Amino acid sequence: MSDTTQNGPMLAADGTPLKRSLARALRRQKMRALMLISPLLIFVLVTFIAPIADMLFRSVENQMVSETLPTTTQVLGEWDHSAGEPPAEPVYEALYYDLFIAAEAKEHTKLGTRLNYEYTGVSSLFRSTGRGLDDLGDDYLDELEEVDDRWGEGAFWYDLMTGTGSTDEDLVAAHAKRLEQLTGDKLSGDVGFAPSTEIAALLPKTTAAYADFAVYTALVDGDVVAEEDPWESVYVGLMTDLQTADVASYSGPEAEALQTAAEAAQGIEYIPLKTFFAEEDEDWLNVDIWATVQTYSSKYTSGYFLNAVDLQLTPDGIEARPENQQIYIMLFKRTMFMSLAITFSCIALGYPVAWLLANLPASKANLLMILVLLPFWTSLLVRTSAWKVMLQQQGVINDVLVWLGLVDDAARLVMINNQFGTIVAMTHILLPFMILPLYSVMQGIPPSYLRAAKSLGATNWTAFWRVYFPQSVPGIGAGSILVFILAIGYYITPEIVGGTTGTFISNRIAYHISSSLNWGLGAALGAILLAVVLLLYWAYDKIVGIDNVKLG
Amino acid sequence: MKLTHTLLAGSALALVAGAASAQDLTLVSWGGAYQSSQQKAYVEPYVEANPGVSVTWDESSAEAVAKLRAMNEAGNITWDLVDVVAADAIRLCDEGLAMEYDPDELLAPGDDGSSAEDDFGDLIVSDCFIPQIVYSTTFGYRTDLVPEGVEAPTDVCSVFDLETYPGKRSLEKRPINNMEWALYCDGVAKDEIYDVLATPEGQDQALAKLDTIKDEVIWWSAGADTPQLLADGEIFMGSTYNGRLFSVIVEQDQPVGMLWDMQVFDLDGWIIPAGLDEESQAAVEDFVKFATDTTRLADQSKYISYGPARLSSAPLVSTHADLGVEMAPHMPTDPENAKNTLLYNYEFWADYRDDIDAKFQSWLAK
Repeated sequence: MSDTTQNGPMLAADGTPLKRSLARALRRQKMRALMLISPLLIFVLVTFIAPIADMLFRSVENQMVSETLPTTTQVLGEWDHSAGEPPAEPVYEALYYDLFIAAEAKEHTKLGTRLNYEYTGVSSLFRSTGRGLDDLGDDYLDELEEVDDRWGEGAFWYDLMTGTGSTDEDLVAAHAKRLEQLTGDKLSGDVGFAPSTEIAALLPKTTAAYADFAVYTALVDGDVVAEEDPWESVYVGLMTDLQTADVASYSGPEAEALQTAAEAAQGIEYIPLKTFFAEEDEDWLNVDIWATVQTYSSKYTSGYFLNAVDLQLTPDGIEARPENQQIYIMLFKRTMFMSLAITFSCIALGYPVAWLLANLPASKANLLMILVLLPFWTSLLVRTSAWKVMLQQQGVINDVLVWLGLVDDAARLVMINNQFGTIVAMTHILLPFMILPLYSVMQGIPPSYLRAAKSLGATNWTAFWRVYFPQSVPGIGAGSILVFILAIGYYITPEIVGGTTGTFISNRIAYHISSSLNWGLGAALGAILLAVVLLLYWAYDKIVGIDNVKLG
Repeated sequence: MKLTHTLLAGSALALVAGAASAQDLTLVSWGGAYQSSQQKAYVEPYVEANPGVSVTWDESSAEAVAKLRAMNEAGNITWDLVDVVAADAIRLCDEGLAMEYDPDELLAPGDDGSSAEDDFGDLIVSDCFIPQIVYSTTFGYRTDLVPEGVEAPTDVCSVFDLETYPGKRSLEKRPINNMEWALYCDGVAKDEIYDVLATPEGQDQALAKLDTIKDEVIWWSAGADTPQLLADGEIFMGSTYNGRLFSVIVEQDQPVGMLWDMQVFDLDGWIIPAGLDEESQAAVEDFVKFATDTTRLADQSKYISYGPARLSSAPLVSTHADLGVEMAPHMPTDPENAKNTLLYNYEFWADYRDDIDAKFQSWLAK
């Protein structure tokens, strides 16, 4: 359509072009409609979509490794695991300082738990090493204090590190930022410390360790740096620096003490950090552990998703998990199969009931309706437990069968804690979701159609199959979608009556969320389940057409 | 974080000002008989002595770790004191979700004059864990289903002996404990169990042993399952907590007997969530000091057959509050019962739990 005529644009009453005026009116209408639904929209967004998105995001999130061990993962980047040799000294050095501040902030055990999902034994390795980190620095301090008592004093250290002349503010800022990443909290305030550039160049490791200490003391503990005794890691840094640094020409504050210490350091046995870690736990020389750290040092990982489909991410690429640990694919298949079985048994049982409901006189239909709805109003747990009482070997059904002589007392039927029990109990629980849409669709089918078919010579069966049934298909479609999607994510009933062969993937998700606390894997399993449901919905739409689904 | 803190502190202040220093403590526990034993032994006397305090229970201990983690992420801890098993306390401590404490500062010294640290001894398995009770996981069996002419079982390995003792068993649906029993009954020496279990061959050996009874096992996940199955006669024998068996045998008088052989000791206790505001923390610390003193821990055993975690409480254990039964012989720690026991290995399971669980679940599903 063109917005101009031969006489120029068509104008509305107020003189604006008609098209613009119309568009504005439509927009206003849309906005009003949107505002009406906005409470619901915001509610759904905040309480439903955002948490789900957040949870699903955990299935790929993996910042923890690089945030807890930033320097280590960086230095480790060049190491090649295939040589079969553990990494060299610089990696262990980086690990020591990374781990030290992580242990102070109580973050190292979290990382241990995270890596333990990928390599068994890392959890206790991190926990026990975290406890022993202080010892090395303590030993050095004892030796240094023999030379000069002041090495254990906060004020002495503060003077030494602050020095004179220009200071390096950026270094402190960088360490503060790293601490923020580590703890995940916003830290603000003044550290009240900056190392002199001279000292930072002369004793780089000491300065870095001291900066970690200063930032943590000032920003997390809220103490004054100069009044606190430095961490043990600072002594380790000093001893490492003194192995190479030439302090003879230094002339800043406490230069004399530093020079005496440097002399004394010749006589103190220096333990390389690789040796220290190896003595703490020989697993630190294990190539596989380092390869795991390296593999999982990226910010995002496909590891959880791979685990969720019985694969694993190894340093050599993607591999199948050992056969005796494969479980998830089988569980997904079982969940699909059992949900289908439940859906079909709901159709088989629900269809006649819905037909009766739709065709009985109103008074009887109402009574029947109450019978359908009654279990619906009963607690899910009560219904599930009732099935337990019914189906167990000393239960009602077995007792009756034995009493009738149909079953031998010694060979009572096993009907619970298996797939059968789950299918029976869930069919019962989900049946109303099939009957109700079927009923409302059937109510809309005029009975005269059947009569017309019969009067034209159709048999009862033909009349039903050719005339009535096709009209009730939209109800079956709606009921099936409801039942299937509810069944696929069911948790409590399979947990109670499923035993080992009747449990669903959702039981494993629940286990990972609340017991093993591997939320990443739980999220990956949940994401896959969600994707499968959406895929099936899409396939259903393609094959049957979602327009053909009627809830009434 | 900061904003929520300020808001929280503000509303806490407003509440305090309004309610004239009334303090509400939210305690988290397991529900059931155990929680009511805590209510009677600690909470009621405490509230009586401190009328300003009110206590709200939350029965969430089973999901405590997951919920505390979620609360911590949301920046709003609504619990003041949480009852958890030791393994969960270690995990909470590892994740920085529980507060570390100094036993001699926080807890009362023992009645016999020993310091709190000595009185609890090795039971303080984590820097955050305040022990309350020792419980054990062990087996109960139907006395009326023992085949004629056969002695009632006294040995844990009867679980694997289907010939002498036919019938269904119930075991917990997780590898912990089951793997240990399986290896023990497969001839592994008790002090080598965990060394063997750390190897893939040892894990296969344990699963192979469990395989011999797999068809006869009903797997439980809730503590109430085995007592229920025993009462219904669904199973011949099954594992559960010793306190549950006490209530089936002594309180409900069912035809059930129990084994103490190879009972697995475990601990249950309090943790204080990290990051409480000062006022709640002071209130909680005061309550904990009271609730874990020698008398209170001994009192708890009047209501439930779990052993007090303090050495100094043991001589004070008396009779059941309603039944008048002498409680000492029903305690897992009683020397007569504790002849052959195993202690839950926290360190081992913290490492191997995920690995062995994957194998166990995969084995179960086959």
